[in-house]
Amino acid sequence: MAINKVVANAKEATKDIKDNMTLMLGGFGLCGIPENCISELVNMNVKGLTCISNNAGVDDFGLGLLLQKKQIKKMVSSYVGENDEFERQMLSGELEVDLIPQGSLAERCRAGGAGIPAFYTPAGYGTEVADGKEVRVYNGKPHILEEALTADFAIVKAWKGDTAGNLIYKATARNFNPMMAMAGKITIAEVEELVPEGELDPNFIHTPGIFVQRIFKGENYEKRIEQRTVRQKG
Amino acid sequence: MALDKTGIAKRIAQELRDGWYVNLGIGIPTLVANFVNKDITVEFQSENGILGMGPFPFDGEEDADMINAGKQTVTLQPGASIFDSATSFAMIRGQHVQLTVLGAMEVAQNGDIANWKIPGMMVKGMGGAMDLVASAKNIIVAMMHTNKKGESKLLKACSLPLTGVGCVTKVVTNLAVLDIKDGAFHLVERAPGVSVEEIQAATEGTLIIPDHVPEMKLD
Repeated sequence: MAINKVVANAKEATKDIKDNMTLMLGGFGLCGIPENCISELVNMNVKGLTCISNNAGVDDFGLGLLLQKKQIKKMVSSYVGENDEFERQMLSGELEVDLIPQGSLAERCRAGGAGIPAFYTPAGYGTEVADGKEVRVYNGKPHILEEALTADFAIVKAWKGDTAGNLIYKATARNFNPMMAMAGKITIAEVEELVPEGELDPNFIHTPGIFVQRIFKGENYEKRIEQRTVRQKG
Repeated sequence: MALDKTGIAKRIAQELRDGWYVNLGIGIPTLVANFVNKDITVEFQSENGILGMGPFPFDGEEDADMINAGKQTVTLQPGASIFDSATSFAMIRGQHVQLTVLGAMEVAQNGDIANWKIPGMMVKGMGGAMDLVASAKNIIVAMMHTNKKGESKLLKACSLPLTGVGCVTKVVTNLAVLDIKDGAFHLVERAPGVSVEEIQAATEGTLIIPDHVPEMKLD
């Protein structure tokens, strides 16, 4: 019998998230974002959050909902377009923004979860991203020191999960979710399908349950598409 | 006649080789996928976690969980794989991807590239561009030769904040194909009907012109 991680809903999962905490939120654009927990954070009206997330949502969906209510103090992201309120808060100085190369962001989360405090990467060398960072030459090429990221809470979204917290993601909704799941002091997983332990094939688990402290079945996923691109048949 | 964006994409498609994994950036680079020689097999990598990216889905078959790095709905080719962002950038940083094609605002004759930030304008972020240019062995920039004001984008030194240093090896513009080596742009081909003089006039950086500059062959 595996350890049971199930909680009732987003409200119970997020109940001890407090003002001024640091959160990691999975997703790439609006793909694979924890919609239920974001809604609950809006309801709770927690303030002063530092949010580590590849993107910042759009004006009326995803993290844009928290920005509208001015709940976010600082964003740590790689790309933050598509959001007018974000732009306004950033230009007015209300919102602090730390832009990080996407691969460095992913690896900093992975390192945080894997117990590696820092690593050297060539990404950003010679640019303003390297300002103030240690440089070392390996194999004749300069690299910069990037430090691991962790969070008070990591909030991830998966396709299927079991009561033991094992997770399987669907298609490109995987993105940052697995690394962030590793890097939270407490990791909350919301899933589309929650099944009893033993029902997921252990060979195909993406995130082992050890990284997940709370899991619940999410409701009413909107799964909004940012850029609907199609071709016509025939 | 200077090339249009499609023409630039067609010319870059000629650089692809059988068995390569290729990352295409947003804009003109995305169009390259439409002109791959039927006799070769390449797989397209999208940095949000796809190897073997296919075309857009048919109307009605789009899936919100299946997007590319431009957040567009896409499909998978047979033999495709899906992975997380850390694995994706391991492929990129670890030089397992043979070619990166991306757009730029400025390229310098030493291979520096600027494509993410204009001082005084809203900064959206570098996304994966800094990781891509810092690691790829083979980087082709696809862009117009001059900006909207008619000023050269091929410069002695970049004026905008850099994305990467000394990394670009080839530039394909609406006017020419140029290699970057030894601190200069080397003219390789002209767009059909475009003269060497026109290219020289549109290039601020040092341009090395060989005795014979062939015209590009498209189609």
